Amino acid sequence: MKITDETVDHIAHLARLEFEGEAKTAIKQEMETIISFMEVLQQVDTENVEPLIFMSEEINRLRDDVAEVTLTQAEVLKNAPKKDSDYFRIPKVLDK
Amino acid sequence: MEIKDKYEAVIGLEVHAQMLTKSKAYSNDVNEYGAQPNTNVSIVTLAHPGTLPMMNKKTIEYAIRLGLACSADIADNQYFARKNYFYPDLPKGYQITQDKTPICTGGEIIIKDDNGNDKTIGLTRIHMEEDAGKSIHDVDVFDTLVDLNRAGVPLLEIVSEPHIKTSQEAYNYLTEVRKLVRYLDICDGNMEEGSLRCDANISVMLKGSKVFGTKVEVKNMNSIRNVQRAIEFEISRQIEAIEKGEVIAQETRSFDALKGITISMRSKEAANDYRYFPEPDLQPIYVGKEQIEAVKNEMPPLPRELFIKYTNELGLSDYDAYVLTDSKELALYYEGVIAATKNYKAAANWVMGDVKSYLNHRGLEITDFPVAPQQIAALIQLIEEGKISTSIASQKIFPALTENPLEPPLSIAERLNVIQDSNEDSIRAYILKVIEQNPNEVARYKSGEKQLTGFFMGQLMKVSQGKADPKQANQLMRELLEN
Repeated sequence: MKITDETVDHIAHLARLEFEGEAKTAIKQEMETIISFMEVLQQVDTENVEPLIFMSEEINRLRDDVAEVTLTQAEVLKNAPKKDSDYFRIPKVLDK
Repeated sequence: MEIKDKYEAVIGLEVHAQMLTKSKAYSNDVNEYGAQPNTNVSIVTLAHPGTLPMMNKKTIEYAIRLGLACSADIADNQYFARKNYFYPDLPKGYQITQDKTPICTGGEIIIKDDNGNDKTIGLTRIHMEEDAGKSIHDVDVFDTLVDLNRAGVPLLEIVSEPHIKTSQEAYNYLTEVRKLVRYLDICDGNMEEGSLRCDANISVMLKGSKVFGTKVEVKNMNSIRNVQRAIEFEISRQIEAIEKGEVIAQETRSFDALKGITISMRSKEAANDYRYFPEPDLQPIYVGKEQIEAVKNEMPPLPRELFIKYTNELGLSDYDAYVLTDSKELALYYEGVIAATKNYKAAANWVMGDVKSYLNHRGLEITDFPVAPQQIAALIQLIEEGKISTSIASQKIFPALTENPLEPPLSIAERLNVIQDSNEDSIRAYILKVIEQNPNEVARYKSGEKQLTGFFMGQLMKVSQGKADPKQANQLMRELLEN
């Protein structure tokens, strides 16, 4: 399957990545390789085969509704590149 | 005929209800509104590498409760899905939701249409998912502030079929949904705080058309009234646009409550591409018949069941039944009263009258009311037995009862010396006293001013300190005045 520039742009945008020039040619090539590999799998006849979603047969791995405070506010914010004493700070996401 | 009347609207609502669990959907952080920012956040919510979600048992029970209340089908085998998108209030980069296997499908909610008749609004599905954190855009000039306390709070998304035709029906539908989740104790239904939220899908088409118009999604309505206003505006906007020959764009619009208008959100994102796929970190869940039965056995009474019981079995008016079933707490109080008296109408009058006005004056809820429902029933019985009059009960006993909630009403009546006097001799004595004290009025009565009966009854109550049985007195009064 041929990967077009539009497909690369679309997927890149969804992943918030940017590819230009050589990098774009390279990623296009790599995506084509991956898709071609998947095409091999597509040839297998899966008529009447239920999709296998989970490898394990375990079900209902549930927990009781018990709450706990496990991190302090300072710990929660610790790794943020930008923060104040209460909040994560990020560039404006709405251009109002 | 107005141009508007040529068109009909097609409306479907998506309601998000935050579940009243102690902990979040897939991690054990505290689920609580109004906490200090970023204090109820765990490493799972922060999406640190290697952390894994684990499903909260309670959310399944709550979803089943709602499904049963709406007569929906409850799926036995379910798995979760990842809905992928990048947004700062969602650290994982995906929302864990139910895509292919919602816990509930179908079902219905019965509402009133614009004419007050019952109308069934079908449900498409109800599924479980998680909330995102909160982004605050309007506090700082340069930065958006993010609070992750809400991230991971369990939600039920309730999707209606496009069966809603008017803004009033949308209002009534949301009122029913809110009442239902509150009765079921699964959500506090507070739209202002965002624990109940609603998005509306709205389109218009020529009346009788089979083809729906292009639908527009409207968001950001923080009260039921605002949902109604937004829908009204949007219907008019779409009709005007079509009449001008414009094409309705499929888009998301935001409601501006101050201006009462909807504004295009102009998202640069092309069509959303969420790339759903099965969530590998959560094992599938299986809901067996036994589990559904167990939830069914614990179900509280539902507002509609009570409404039907009150109107059909107890003979109350639609209005009375509506007021009494407005909140579960009030309905349960009324249930308590009628468990102890068969006088259903009097019980309704007391609960909706004296009890409610006592609460309203003090800004209290029925759960704060100090008097037990059995005491109200006992008060009603005193009136029935003719021991006290309704006005004495309301003016003297009821206030005393709220001061001494445990004292039997009979003992209060005795203590206040207001037991009604039905003894003919003593009533006769009171009446003769009234006649003696008011010779002028008696003369006027005898010359034909029969409307003075009311005056004499008032005097009688004064003389007897409200204790004369008015039914007996009325009769006797006429006899004595005529002679």
